[in-house]
Order: sequence, then structure tokens, then C-alpha cells
Amino acid sequence: MTFTSICQLANLSGILLHDAVLISDMAENGTDPDDTRHQLSSYLSVILEEAELQYGKSHRTLTGLTGENARSLSESHPRYVSEFTYMAMVTALSISESNASMGRVVACPTAGASGVIPGIFYALQKRHSIPFDRLLEGYIICSGIGNVIATHATLSGAVGGCQAEIGSAAAMGSGGLVYISGGNAEQVGHAAALTLKSLMGLVCDPIGGYVEIPCVKRNAVGASIAISCAEMALGGVESFVPFDETVWAMQKVGASLSETLRETGQGGIAITRTAKTWLTEGRHDNE
Amino acid sequence: MSLSDVCGPVMIGPSSSHTLGALRIARFVHNLLGRTPEKVHFHLHASFARTYRGHGTDRALLGGIMGLNEDDPSVRDALTSAKANGLEFAFQPDDLGETHPNTVRIEAWFGSLYQDVWGASIGAGMIRITRINGVECLLSAMYPTLIIINRDTPRALGKILECIEINVANLYLRRINKLMNTALTIAELDEPFSPIKLHHLASLDVVEEAHYVPSLAARP
Repeated sequence: MTFTSICQLANLSGILLHDAVLISDMAENGTDPDDTRHQLSSYLSVILEEAELQYGKSHRTLTGLTGENARSLSESHPRYVSEFTYMAMVTALSISESNASMGRVVACPTAGASGVIPGIFYALQKRHSIPFDRLLEGYIICSGIGNVIATHATLSGAVGGCQAEIGSAAAMGSGGLVYISGGNAEQVGHAAALTLKSLMGLVCDPIGGYVEIPCVKRNAVGASIAISCAEMALGGVESFVPFDETVWAMQKVGASLSETLRETGQGGIAITRTAKTWLTEGRHDNE
Repeated sequence: MSLSDVCGPVMIGPSSSHTLGALRIARFVHNLLGRTPEKVHFHLHASFARTYRGHGTDRALLGGIMGLNEDDPSVRDALTSAKANGLEFAFQPDDLGETHPNTVRIEAWFGSLYQDVWGASIGAGMIRITRINGVECLLSAMYPTLIIINRDTPRALGKILECIEINVANLYLRRINKLMNTALTIAELDEPFSPIKLHHLASLDVVEEAHYVPSLAARP
């Protein structure tokens, strides 16, 4: 599946882009479009339920390195970002901190990057009152974008670095947001490409290997970049390089990343003095 | 990867390799034993050994061995509930040799039943069962799987396959013991296997033991 092939299918057969995504999956994996829609619908329901439950809550995470960020930001008020972006950021923090405390998440596309898409979709539901069925169409677009990345690059931080996790989640969310906002297929592709380019090269450097620092806050930042790029695409800004080629480039970058920067906890911020001090002295895992 | 693989599954955090994969390996053992064991030892290798507490791998393994689903919030309390249910368990870092860094060896006991399974969590929640009771294999656990100890005699496999009827996706056959005249046959099937058919299979003269593990993808 390429993004170009999905768009061509939609154009040639006169179907909507999200239906073209489902049919492309059927052609490649033999899945029944109704089954897939049903499955994705159940995932989206869990995403919205968990966002409602966890929004702005404190969490007792496994290592205690995070857990108060969502609460802290939610007790503040937005000064510079929109109410929409603010809500998306709080949600992203909430879900990521819930994940770090063994909460229930949808691994969309991964557990480590599971806050970005809830951020965008919960804000769409709460701030723009978008009905579930319309959100689902956007979620199908997210899955199509993610599938293109999974097919031609990777969604795994251990293989491609954080660009493959937060980068992919943000690209998926950005494209979904544009689609739900009435953007056309080209604009969806531009949003996804602009987002992926903005996060290209991002390394996976969790302290101690735990999905807490920097993962939790990167989910919030990923959501805000996704929203910024969607805004640009809806405003007519185009990505010079098409999405499929951006994915190709991301794969190349991932392959050239040192292993120390791919989820091993042996590079980046994971080997800073503060990180090392915590690992030797400060660490006491929560029972 | 299909669309629903990309945008799912629903799971208990924080890590698809350290919690989801670990839970799935242990649940395979639960299914192989057909129940929650009375006693279980988890031998944790390399990366699993170093980080099992901070990643919740210990709770995920206990949740899986008690047969919990991967999206069950009670996985989080698995340490407490295992103790409350009288499950005797131990975690021990171990050197399992040249194998995937996220490998766990699970020894499980129930009465006279005993299973010894090695499994690796290879990323994105995918697992490989790499050894069952000393016999090497490579199972994804995503197929309904039959694990059979049979006589190492001519036509044994033929009789087994004839009884299975369902299309076999992958097949493993290894001699366990020449002297004892036994072999282990593992068949990954395209469709689920019924208890009645398992009973028929187990009563074949060439079959000594037959165990059935439903696909991990199937919901009970």
C-alpha cells in the first residue's frame, strides 16, 4: 500500500478516501472491509473512553519518573496555543502517563506513542462536537497512513528510532485531522508529509529503557506538531516532497541511526549525568 | 500488517514488547496447561532480566499465566491476585544462552502436569515460542496449535494428519528420544480445533499426549 495508490483508487473508482483505505487493505491482506471498520470502531471507542477517564489525572507510574504532567498542565490554562491544541496536549500526557502506570491503551501505532492520536480525536469530539461516525472515517485515514509507514519503513522505535513511533503517530493524526476537517486527499498527504519531515531523525532514547522520559512529553509535543501541520495543509501549504517519498527517506534515516539511539537506553538523554545519577541512586520501582 | 494491526490492539501498558509480548507468552503456557498452574518459575533472560520490574513484565507474565486477556486492567494487580489465589511463583534472572534478549523460560506445574516453555517477545507485541519441553520450535502462537507427543513409528504422522482433517499451515516433527521411541509433533492449523476432535486425536494408538492451544488472536 502506498499513499499514491490509495488516492488513485479513490479517484479512479469515485469512492471516498477512507473507503479506498479499507479496500486497499482488503486487496493486500484479504481483510473484510466491514470487519476492519468494526475493529477500528472498537479501538476508537476505547481511545475516547480512556481519554474521558484519564483526562488531567495523576498517575502512579512504574518508576515514578512521570505521572503528574497531565494534572499539572490541566490545572493551568492555555496562554499561546489554542484551546483545541491545549486539550490535545493534556489528553496526550494523560494517556501516556496512564500507559506508564499499566493503564489500558490502544497501541495506535505503538504503546509508547499511544497518546498522540487520542489527543487529537478527543479534542475533536469535545471542542468541535464531531460525531463518532465522522471521527471513525478520520481514524480509518490514520490507519491507512500508518499502514504505508509500516509497509515501507517501520513503526518500531527499536528499528527506526522515535521518528517511527511519535513521528508516525503524529503523521497519522495530522492526516486524520485534515480529513475530518474537510480537507481533500492531497491535503491529507501534505499534512502527513509535513509532520513526518518535522520529526525526521528523532531518536529513541528512553532513560533506563522505560517508556516515561522523554516519551510522555513527546506525545504532547507530537500532537501539537500534528495540529500545526494540519493547519498548514488546510491553509494551502504543500509539502514539496510527497508523503510516500518522505516515508522512504525516514526508513533510510532509521537504518543509519546508531543502535544506541534505537530504544536501547544507551544514547541521547538516556546517558546524561542526570539520567545516570537517577539510575544508580534515585531509582526505586513502584510495587 | 493489516489496518487493525497498525491501529491496535487494546492492551495494558507500558510496552508492547515488555508487557504485551510477555503476557502473550505466559498465556500460551496457561493454554497449553489448560489451566492456571499451582506453581510457576519465570527465568528471565538479558533485557527481560534487567528491566522486568520497571516495565511491569512481572505482572504481565503473572497475568498471562492466570489466563488474563491483554486488555484486562487487572493485569496491573496480578502480583496481588496471584498471591491471593495461592499461586506459588518466582522470578529469577537467568542466562539462557545465545537467544533473543527478550526471552523468558516458563516452568509451570499443576499436580503431575509439567510444562517447560521458552518464548521471545520480538517487538510490536509479537511473540515466538522457541522451545517446548526441550524441543526447539518457532511458533507465532497466532494459529490454533496442536502439540502432540507421539510414537516414533512409521505412519504415525499420517494417522495424526488424517485425524486432524483441518488444513495445516505449519508442521514441526522432531524425535525426542530414540530409545523411548517418542517424537514431538506441532501443527499450526488454519481453523480452531474442537474438544471432541482433540479427544479422538488423544485416543489414537500412536498418540501419547495431545495438547491444544487456541490462537492468541482468538478471544475466549
